[in-house]
Amino acid sequence: MVTLLENFTPLSSFSGGLLIGLAATLLLLFNGRIAGISGIMSGLISPGKGEIFWRLVFLLGLVLGALLVKAVIPDSIKIREGFPYGLLAIGGFLVGFGTRMANGCTSGHAVCGIARLSKRSIAATLTFIVSGMMTVYLLRHLIGLSV
Amino acid sequence: MKNNTVALLCGIIFGAGLTLSQMTDPAKVLSFLDVTGNWDPSLIFVMLGALTVTMISFRKILKKPSPLLTQRFVIASKTALDKPLILGSAIFGIGWGITGYCPGPSVAGLGLGNIEALIMVCSIYAGFWAYGKMKV
Repeated sequence: MVTLLENFTPLSSFSGGLLIGLAATLLLLFNGRIAGISGIMSGLISPGKGEIFWRLVFLLGLVLGALLVKAVIPDSIKIREGFPYGLLAIGGFLVGFGTRMANGCTSGHAVCGIARLSKRSIAATLTFIVSGMMTVYLLRHLIGLSV
Repeated sequence: MKNNTVALLCGIIFGAGLTLSQMTDPAKVLSFLDVTGNWDPSLIFVMLGALTVTMISFRKILKKPSPLLTQRFVIASKTALDKPLILGSAIFGIGWGITGYCPGPSVAGLGLGNIEALIMVCSIYAGFWAYGKMKV
């Protein structure tokens, strides 16, 4: 029992989640937009009129928010080392390809879509969580990747 | 102008939330996905925290005729569970399971001196672009 759930951080995770929920609430209330990060990012590829600046400042805000927490709690940031860049590039490509195909990612589907009880978002969330779990099982426990 | 200020503020709050909940740490995300290993259910608590707010607020907000600063709500209108939704989510899950990054933490990590975040953001855009090309 000692090693079970040793890295579990329910309180900081729940508090961080409340902030994410607050951000999504304000963006919908004031701007009528869904705080789906993949959608906000991909909307910059061929943007219509008035669709560039708010997306850029939102994404800039993500960076600033992370820096803010780092300034207050310096050891809140862990940077992984030694993970193969090639695997990151392949994985990142699949993240971009898949989220654009499915019209959303963890934020758009799992946080905003489920809040509207959207069947599509519930199905998407279950699918990417199960797919992610199967991928980790395959890589870590069948192939034995140790990074 | 005002709505850009709101967007910036929302981005800051969102990025702070991701970082406070340590979702910017790909190792922590991967331990959530590693159910047969040293499992860390923290990610569920991030979702629960966010949904505690949005489940209540979205319902109330979407009853309003319009948002406070813009003309209309921009909400996905599809309801059918189609192949692109499920296949796309499965592909996203594979990328998420390989790297431990979804789009939000990739962007939020850009200011932290993290080269992994930069590689993620560039390759995510390559993926967006490739899907757009394929679809047209």
